[in-house]
Amino acid sequence: MSALNRNILALREMSADEIQLILDQAQEMKEILSRPIKKVPTLRGKSVVTLFFENSTRTRMSFEMAAKTLSADVTGFAASTSSVAKGESLKDTILTLNAMKADAFVIRHSASGAAHFIARHTSARVINAGDGTHEHPTQGLLDMLTIRQHKGTLRGLTVAIVGDIAHSRVARSNVWGLTKMGAKVRLVGPRTLLPADVEQLPVEVHTDLRRGISGCDVVNVLRIQMERQDAGLFPSVREYAQTFGVNRSVLREAKPDVLVMHPGPMNRGIEITPDVADGEFSVVTEQVTNGVAVRMALLYLLLGGSNDASGH
Amino acid sequence: MRLVIKGGRIIDPRNGLDTVGDLLVEDGVIAWCGQHLPDAMALDGDVVFDASGLIVAPGLIDMHVHLREPGFEYKETIESGGRAAAAGGFTAVVPMPNTNPATDNRAMVEFVARRARETSPVRVWPTVAATRGNENELMSEIADAKEAGAVAVTDDAFPLQSAELTRRVMEYCATFDLPLLTHCEDKTMTRGGVMNEGLVSTLMGLKGMPRAAEEIQVARNIRLAELTGCRLHILHISTARSIELVREAKRRGVSVTCETCPQYFTLTDESALGYDTMVKCSPPVRTAEDVDAVRAGLADGTIDAIATDHAPHAAHEKECEFQAAAFGMVGLETALGLVLTRLVHAGVIGLADAIRKMTVAPASILGIPGGHLSVQSPADITIIDPDERWTVDPEAFQSRARNTPFAGWELRGRAVATIVGGQIVHGDLVRAPRGRVRA
Ligand SMILES: [Zn+2]
Repeated sequence: MSALNRNILALREMSADEIQLILDQAQEMKEILSRPIKKVPTLRGKSVVTLFFENSTRTRMSFEMAAKTLSADVTGFAASTSSVAKGESLKDTILTLNAMKADAFVIRHSASGAAHFIARHTSARVINAGDGTHEHPTQGLLDMLTIRQHKGTLRGLTVAIVGDIAHSRVARSNVWGLTKMGAKVRLVGPRTLLPADVEQLPVEVHTDLRRGISGCDVVNVLRIQMERQDAGLFPSVREYAQTFGVNRSVLREAKPDVLVMHPGPMNRGIEITPDVADGEFSVVTEQVTNGVAVRMALLYLLLGGSNDASGH
Repeated sequence: MRLVIKGGRIIDPRNGLDTVGDLLVEDGVIAWCGQHLPDAMALDGDVVFDASGLIVAPGLIDMHVHLREPGFEYKETIESGGRAAAAGGFTAVVPMPNTNPATDNRAMVEFVARRARETSPVRVWPTVAATRGNENELMSEIADAKEAGAVAVTDDAFPLQSAELTRRVMEYCATFDLPLLTHCEDKTMTRGGVMNEGLVSTLMGLKGMPRAAEEIQVARNIRLAELTGCRLHILHISTARSIELVREAKRRGVSVTCETCPQYFTLTDESALGYDTMVKCSPPVRTAEDVDAVRAGLADGTIDAIATDHAPHAAHEKECEFQAAAFGMVGLETALGLVLTRLVHAGVIGLADAIRKMTVAPASILGIPGGHLSVQSPADITIIDPDERWTVDPEAFQSRARNTPFAGWELRGRAVATIVGGQIVHGDLVRAPRGRVRA
């Protein structure tokens, strides 16, 4: 029996208890990763298919590492170079893969809702590894795990998310995950990069960077996509860096023990200055480690390993 | 052959008729309509139907449908769309010209009319595209198309972007006394958009289409109608501010009318949560505030007509990612049920008003015959059971398409029979017992 009786599609659809369970489990998984021999037999015989319709080597590797550490069999399907390129529909792809009897699908897709669509057409468990501009729940979870490790709790903290909120699945997952766990969230960016009716979310909205991060415990900096400039959403990368780039001076507005996070890959010198990206407040590399732990926890909780997770 | 429809509640808004009575059809035209048919007019051998408890209305007219022929016969044809219309209680439909090739000239208008004569059980009034190939560049041969039978000029699905071109099309329409039906959307604001822009699009991470994109063009087109004297009709109005603009323009005496569709008084953008592609349409379904405004606009007469924007699509065009799915939903077979359930039984508008918006209103906006039960006019009649409860089952549709967000909905009221030119094209009328044939 699995402990989480559902797909992982969006943190908005999850309860605080479920998130708590995943974070606690991830904490245990992190212990496995610190052992000299990083392999437990927990998911032996289970098959996991990573289905990446959009490139993301980091996220795919993180999931593959997680699955292999738990001894699951992992098959990668890079859809951009296979049937989808030949015009096969997503439904056909899923029906085919479903017939191969995988236990879980890990989906990355450029269309919001793609993971929901796939979940409707398969009997396997589905984990959303990022769908369009909707959600990236495992990123949200690994961000929360990282904050919790440093601050002990999420309750009562103030987290500023800075940048292109409108197009960020990371921001959406963070908003729901953090607020459900009792943190306060601020969204910071120019009006053109904030989504419609954003004030109706359970967040504070700021268009001034200094005010937005003042007194914050955590500043989560989002990657800026250069094509947003071509779309007319900001006038130039230079101006963006000057007004919304996170640098040391601006960071003084935050708490002295502020954590600086970034989902990667970073545009150093644009949304974040190099000294901040690599400085003492940055927990970017820990986020990467925690990503593997969170994904192990999810696979374990969804696929119900036959042994104790820690492998004794 | 003579047909007597006895004892129904006859509602004919144009003639101010709302009475229990009889209707006699002879040689395809209405020979008597009103209270008890005089004994002297009843003959042996009349086929007599018992309409007691039913509404006898003028044949419903849907002034906004997509029949997909030619070019997209896999979605729908003039025949299958005509059968869907008959099943939904419509005796006439007005197909939009976004076919392939576009219905943008005399030959294409004649083709649509001929296919309709050959295959459709209901009347089909063709329209002509405002621009050649729907390309928003050169005006179509509007006068020629009118001679071939086009009843209106329209930019539906390809909204005219240039104000100058719109002005010239309107002047030309005014010259040849054709109404211009406009889909109001500033495409520069909706590029990539797949649903209403707002909280729900933000939650779903989908690109929104702001209400302002519709309202800007409603305002512009009203202003151009004033300038040109063109009869302007706004297709599928969907926002509170658009309706306010029309209300204000009408107050000033501008020649503007508008329609809405059942989805805009029934659904909000929240119905897209879960990424249900069936609710994806253009304009998108909006918010509760807009739905309230649509209802209010229907009630106070700002919204003249109810159409469907029947937009059939094949299954694979909807069974996909939300952003990749086709826009539109079928409507012919659910419209009357939704109007009765959501507007009439819900107390938003009266039964006669609902019938007016689906009969004489579209007929007069387009200047086409029909929409009333006057003696000597063609016998286009819809017989409605206002209370029958039924569940929407797309598998039972006459349309080739099944793309409806209303599958499984329980509705109250539907057409039990549809009569076009005296021919029963849908329904099983219950014949009156022999003893009731003669009074
Ligand atoms: Zn249309």
